[in-house]
Amino acid sequence: MDLTIVWFGIITFLFIGYFVLDGFDFGVGMSLPFLGKDDTDRRVIINTIGPIWDLNETWLIVAGASLFAAFPEWYATLFSGFYLALLLILLSLILRGVSFEYRHQRPEAAWKRRFDAMIVIGSAVPALLWGVAFGNIVRGVPLDEGFNYTGSFFDLLNPYALLAGVTTLLLFFTHGTLFISLKTDGELQQRARRLATRSGILTIVVAAAFLLWTTLAYGSFWSAVLSAVAAVTLIAAVLANARGREGWAFGAMAATVAFAVLSLFLSLFPDVMPASNNPANSLTIVNASSSAYTLQVMTWVALISLPLILAYQGWTYWVFRKRVTRAHIEGAQAAH
Amino acid sequence: MNEWLDPLLLSRWQFGLTTVYHFLFVPITIGMALTVALFQTAWVRTNKEKYLQLTKFFGKLFLINFAMGVVTGIVQEFQFGMNWSDYSRFVGDVFGAPLAMEGLLAFFFEATFIGLWIFGWDKLPRGLHLATIWATAVGSILSAYFIIAANAFMQNPVGYDINEAKGRAELTDIWALLTNKVALAAFPHTIFACFMVAAGLIVTVAAWHLSRNQHLDTMRPALKFGLWMMMIAGALTVLSGDSLGLAMVQTQPMKMAAAEAMYTTSTGADASFSVFTLGTPDGVSELFSIRIPYLLSFLSTHTFNGTVEGINDLQAQYVQLYGPGDYTPTIWVTYWAFRWMIGLGLLHIVVAFVGLVLTRRKSALGARLLAGRWSRWIWKAAIWSFPLSLGAMIMGWVFTEMGRQPWLVFGLLKTADGVSPNVSGLEVLISLIAFTLIYGTLAVVEFKLIKKAAQKGPDDLPEPHPETGVRRQETTVY
Ligand code: HDD
Ligand code: HEM
Ligand code: HEM
Repeated sequence: MDLTIVWFGIITFLFIGYFVLDGFDFGVGMSLPFLGKDDTDRRVIINTIGPIWDLNETWLIVAGASLFAAFPEWYATLFSGFYLALLLILLSLILRGVSFEYRHQRPEAAWKRRFDAMIVIGSAVPALLWGVAFGNIVRGVPLDEGFNYTGSFFDLLNPYALLAGVTTLLLFFTHGTLFISLKTDGELQQRARRLATRSGILTIVVAAAFLLWTTLAYGSFWSAVLSAVAAVTLIAAVLANARGREGWAFGAMAATVAFAVLSLFLSLFPDVMPASNNPANSLTIVNASSSAYTLQVMTWVALISLPLILAYQGWTYWVFRKRVTRAHIEGAQAAH
Repeated sequence: MNEWLDPLLLSRWQFGLTTVYHFLFVPITIGMALTVALFQTAWVRTNKEKYLQLTKFFGKLFLINFAMGVVTGIVQEFQFGMNWSDYSRFVGDVFGAPLAMEGLLAFFFEATFIGLWIFGWDKLPRGLHLATIWATAVGSILSAYFIIAANAFMQNPVGYDINEAKGRAELTDIWALLTNKVALAAFPHTIFACFMVAAGLIVTVAAWHLSRNQHLDTMRPALKFGLWMMMIAGALTVLSGDSLGLAMVQTQPMKMAAAEAMYTTSTGADASFSVFTLGTPDGVSELFSIRIPYLLSFLSTHTFNGTVEGINDLQAQYVQLYGPGDYTPTIWVTYWAFRWMIGLGLLHIVVAFVGLVLTRRKSALGARLLAGRWSRWIWKAAIWSFPLSLGAMIMGWVFTEMGRQPWLVFGLLKTADGVSPNVSGLEVLISLIAFTLIYGTLAVVEFKLIKKAAQKGPDDLPEPHPETGVRRQETTVY
């Protein structure tokens, strides 16, 4: 098979991994003000993702680096074109990452509140902006013959892309609350479940509008089918949650995120960044890709490493499968 | 246009600042992961409490530092595309491969196992838990290899062909790329330097407590360990630096000439190593200098009557080869950065040597000095050892990267041609200010937290269960 297609698939896979995994981290972070009644609750919530947020975030790094290796033109156009948007995402990820580590270092309430706020901002901004960024990619952006983005930051904030952003924000929010209800118990779990139902319904409404717009304006047959599947799993997630089946609810929600990302990538194919001004300037899997030799080398690396990666990450999730309880937090000695 | 809004200048400042900042944390991660793994191994094998205390104590410092390494690393990964898009288009085919390998083979590994180590104390059996910190250490060293292989391509491009039609470099031999002789030399040098930095941190912390006569049972072995690590890693850093110098002279002779501010080609005794210069080393206005004859010849060629090419000759050669232009890096930066790297590093080794002599158990001189009125100064010197090695490390990178200028990829692409053409000066100014503010604030918070944790010293362990005698492994939570 043509390796450019294989690599389009691997990049899609890596972004699916990133959004499914870091997606619920974002949701968990954003839900702090809604679910964290007291400090112990907030610590329970943060500790549901404590051991895994870093490895979830690493999916982004690997997706970015693989983009660089397999489609350097795509990497260069996307990252320089969306400069300020990516800057905001980077700053948010910095704040979020250090806050997890710093908030428990001192006991004062004011200290903790400051880092809680940064966790919320650091989760909400990327959840919104990733949607905006991908919305723009699907919609197409103005590119010159050298594939350089010629628009401005504010051109990125068009209605379609903003709707995409609100959709991802809500999707991740619901994804996170479902994760909390899967990973906690007692009163906190009940509250998470109720919140998931409410945000789930809102998500269904917004996502339906977004999927409809995408399918009508930019979709292909297969992306429409996958959008429909995503819609079904989303409804299934909300129903399962309402019936107290949190495992099924979370699984269905993860499937929703996966199908939504897959559908976005398929609506692009074989372009990777369509040019809105002149189709001749579009980046495609062919003109954006690395040489055949590089793709071959990288295919070997991916074939060997991906199964291993999935195995040891799966094992990590298995090790930390137990629910995090208030007793667990209160019984812990000093942090670390 | 306003010269302050030059995207090239601003992008260079941003790249230099953020990379140096990233590298404040990386050596601690690389060195400390190994240290903690060694302490934990000692605990598992001997069951001595003090080793568990040391594992947890230095583990805590390691973790406060680790978060910063991770979040600043993402910025590095994105910046090639954000600020250097023409560079990314030109070398992506070659340079992207080691970066992607780093992610697939090292970062995932490291990020997964460190989570298991931090939160797995009460969830994994002892041996398996020990394996997770070793995995983290291996992952961090592996990641250094790939990133240095990528950097080595910029110093000494190998394993590629230029595709004229596409106007880019394309990979032809991955093995050649990964065994670039600059990478093979720079990797051990960097890793040993990382161990020096970690050793410096251990000595600093241990000396601080010992000078206050507290935590003696854990800090005495820690000091000893740190001093030995400093000596061994220091010696290996010097040796590997020597072979890196040889590789550098073969691949980038201009860098060695710039390191010495040597304008004319010299042979034998004239190829002297300048230890120190008053005035600017611009070849004209030198007031006073201390020079060691033959040493430069030896460093560059491993013979005493070798010839070392000077800046003027090299500049003329490069004009012939690459067309008109200025091929000389900023001399005062390379000259002083090279000296500070070696100077601070050697000073560090001296501190370790003196420390080892003084703390020998039977050393009468040591006992007298450490009890006498000099002791305050001796401890002070030891406490300063961490900034010494970290400083040497940073100077080494400033030298390496500034000495490569005006090239971004030596002989292939100039720095000025690599910058993103569609990112405006204003945008880069915004990001530069944002990074400076956030990095500056975090540096203060980070320093205070590490200082506080270090000064608190090792925690006491939980009491064993009164009947079973089993010590509960504590749960780690955020
Ligand atoms: C604790 C830190 C430290 C110490 C004591 C030294 N170095 Fe170093 N040096 C570094 C830390 C470092 C580094 C990790 O910062 C660099 C930057 C790039 C690299 O590979 O290592 C470096 C670069 C570097 C280079 C530039 C390589 C290039 O640009 O291609 C040379 C020639 C040397 N070193 C040589 C030496 C010698 C001869 C030393 C002692 C006598 C020495 N270094 C001590
Ligand atoms: C961690 C150690 C490193 C440090 C401290 C460091 C530091 C620097 C510094 C000080 C500059 C010079 C900025 C200037 O010329 O104004 C620079 C330039 C650069 N370095 Fe590094 N560097 C490091 C490693 C790397 C690595 C591993 C890579 C590639 C994988 C890299 C890629 C670059 C690039 C692309 C530039 C171009 C920007 C420029 O020349 O201004 N650096 N770096
Ligand atoms: C300019 C080039 C560089 C880039 C693009 C880069 C990229 C990154 C990224 C993305 C991370 C985060 C990984 C994670 O989430 O686990 C990271 C961390 C790390 N980097 Fe860099 N890095 C650069 C320079 C260096 C150099 C020169 C070294 C080693 C000599 C190094 C060693 C490490 C290590 C060991 C870590 C993991 C430990 C930690 O996070 O502190 N990096 N780097």
